[in-house]
Amino acid sequence: MAPVRLPPPETVVIPMSMHIGAPAVPAVKVGDTVKVGQLIAEAGGFVSSPVYASVSGKVKKIDEIPASNGRKMKAVVIASDGLMEPWEGIARPEVKDFESFVAAVRSSGVVGLGGAGFPTAVKLGVKDLSKVEAFIINGAECEPYVTSDTRTMLDRLDDLKDGVALLEKYMEAKRIIFGVEANKPRCIEALRSAFSSDSRVEINALPPMYPQGGEKVLIYNTTGRIVPEGKLPLDAGAIVLNVTTLASIARYINTGMPLVEKVVTVDGSAVAEPKNVIAPIGTPARALFEFCGGFKEEPCKVLYGGPMMGIAMPDADLPIMKNTNAVLALNEADSRLPKPTACIRCGTCVDVCPLGLMPTLIEDAYERGDGQRLKELKVNLCMECGSCAYACPAKRPLVQVHKLAKGILNVYNAKLKAEAEKKAAKEAAK
Amino acid sequence: MNGLLTVTPSPHIRSPRTTRSIMRDVLIALIPVVIVAVVYFGWRALLLICVSGAVSCLCEFIWEKAFKKDITISDLSSVVTGVILALNMPAGMPVWELIFGDICAVIVVKMLFGGLGRNFVNPALAGRIILFVSFTADMTNYTVPSFAPDALSSATPLALEGSLTWADFPSLLLGLHGGVIGEVCSLAIIAGCVYLCVRGVIKPIIPACFVGAELLFSWLFGAANPVLGVFSGGLLFGAVFMATDYVTSPLTNWGKVIFGVGCGFLTAAMRAFAGSNGAVSFAILIMNLLVPYINDITRRKAFGGVKAK
Repeated sequence: MAPVRLPPPETVVIPMSMHIGAPAVPAVKVGDTVKVGQLIAEAGGFVSSPVYASVSGKVKKIDEIPASNGRKMKAVVIASDGLMEPWEGIARPEVKDFESFVAAVRSSGVVGLGGAGFPTAVKLGVKDLSKVEAFIINGAECEPYVTSDTRTMLDRLDDLKDGVALLEKYMEAKRIIFGVEANKPRCIEALRSAFSSDSRVEINALPPMYPQGGEKVLIYNTTGRIVPEGKLPLDAGAIVLNVTTLASIARYINTGMPLVEKVVTVDGSAVAEPKNVIAPIGTPARALFEFCGGFKEEPCKVLYGGPMMGIAMPDADLPIMKNTNAVLALNEADSRLPKPTACIRCGTCVDVCPLGLMPTLIEDAYERGDGQRLKELKVNLCMECGSCAYACPAKRPLVQVHKLAKGILNVYNAKLKAEAEKKAAKEAAK
Repeated sequence: MNGLLTVTPSPHIRSPRTTRSIMRDVLIALIPVVIVAVVYFGWRALLLICVSGAVSCLCEFIWEKAFKKDITISDLSSVVTGVILALNMPAGMPVWELIFGDICAVIVVKMLFGGLGRNFVNPALAGRIILFVSFTADMTNYTVPSFAPDALSSATPLALEGSLTWADFPSLLLGLHGGVIGEVCSLAIIAGCVYLCVRGVIKPIIPACFVGAELLFSWLFGAANPVLGVFSGGLLFGAVFMATDYVTSPLTNWGKVIFGVGCGFLTAAMRAFAGSNGAVSFAILIMNLLVPYINDITRRKAFGGVKAK
């Protein structure tokens, strides 16, 4: 469904941690007047990203709000004046070579918009460009419900064309592969006709299968390469960018307007009129639900992201972030998870794991607290896609178990390291 | 929306398949076998099946009640155990002996080791073996369907091996010969197997490897007619309904291959060099015990994983 623009919300709550890495540092004070696209927080380190005002108005307070990991994070609260006035200082960045391109990406505030939120400038700032054999543009969007990347591929082809041109010009891209699930024929057709004259661009129709958009899965399915354990996609010669990430970079370089809004899929069994909504970053989820006709049923669970990897939020007043691509409100029936029963060793989890792990054995090792076994079973590789827990007929909470098992493994590894150091110190003393 | 929101870890959707739906599919797959058993061996067969299913369930219920555990009989796994055990009985089996078998299967083999998923051998199979060893005479007193042709009317076809010819093949397929109530009709068992495979409850790997290996090795061991051996005796029933038990078979596809071939080899060897009675049961029992080791050597390689030190 084509996205609809949300009228300016009354207030936006813009978190300082919308990316992986150091939180951004607020550059505004309470009472300051800000306009759309104005810097409100500077990057807090190398792996970090600046944050921009998404509405025009007045800074009401700098608050602490709950983060999805249960901790608190800083957020700048802006009371909107309803005018959405762009900042006068908006100007196209000057891009003439690789360094200035990466610098522009850094100041665009763009982070991995597929969900990970890794600062894109860090990903693109590679030391040796010849190591990048392929750029993979992730348009798989494999989670149920979510269609915000689909809208990017249908509505923002010009941005995508410009983005590809930027990669070719400044990143020396030799091969750019769009990975799109075959159940989005309109996107594939649109991309094919847009890039028909560019021999460096391939549009790859992938089998519609969760988790097709997982980075390692996508790299393997588009290039046949395997990212080794503990290594980066770059070690397999690939850089993966989400389609909306690429389009957002192009928009900044074309217009100077940094990342201040997102297309968010608003859906779920409790939502009256599901829509794709263009919303300022920091809009409280509740405002999005109200814009979509409110609730037709009492919502019992609110998810940020899709139903497979999305995070259940304790409060619908929490804002959408840079990397939020959907907010879902589920009714009571959909919110209830079935009760786990005994594992029957059917091996379904083993069959469905996209990374070749054996969740049932990992659960055994977790219950015994067996760090060595967890190490052998490679629980550290688990990307928590949820395929095993979805498919499990006994409804075992396998993702949760894997998360906890990673904790046991970390403790075990730390213990091994400490023992090795002790031994080395002893031998050195002899 | 004033109520509190539920917070749970992802994923937030689950597939409709449950342990109960899987067990229900196994029971559905057993329907052709049960119908044949009743038609061939009369109402006594139905009595055995019903009593056994009910007693197995009751055993699990009493155990869980006694030890104040959650009652899990609604997952139907004990019903499956009871029905499969009953289908391993000759029609004349005394009911109290079968009840003893059910108690052994459910209480001793399953519940004592922690209930569903924790038993290391198939409960129905162990129950059959206990009965076989305890009441050998009753367990081998095979009844022959009244309308069986003369050539097959004396004992199980396995005992007649050598004197059978291809002319007897159709009767073998239809099960017009002596044997336990569930194993005689190969066609009914194959129908059940097809249903389980189509529904995705089992993969055909274990039955195919089991039967294939038995064929190959019994030929190598000099059986007069290996193909007829497949369709007489308990091989097919064991391969489809007992060797494929999730809990006591390997997790990976290659593990299933090793397991199936092992079962086939042991069955062929026991049939060739020991008595033919119970060869399939003992073969599966031995392979059940090897499952943890098979799981270990056939572990899937993690995607991009480097070897752990």
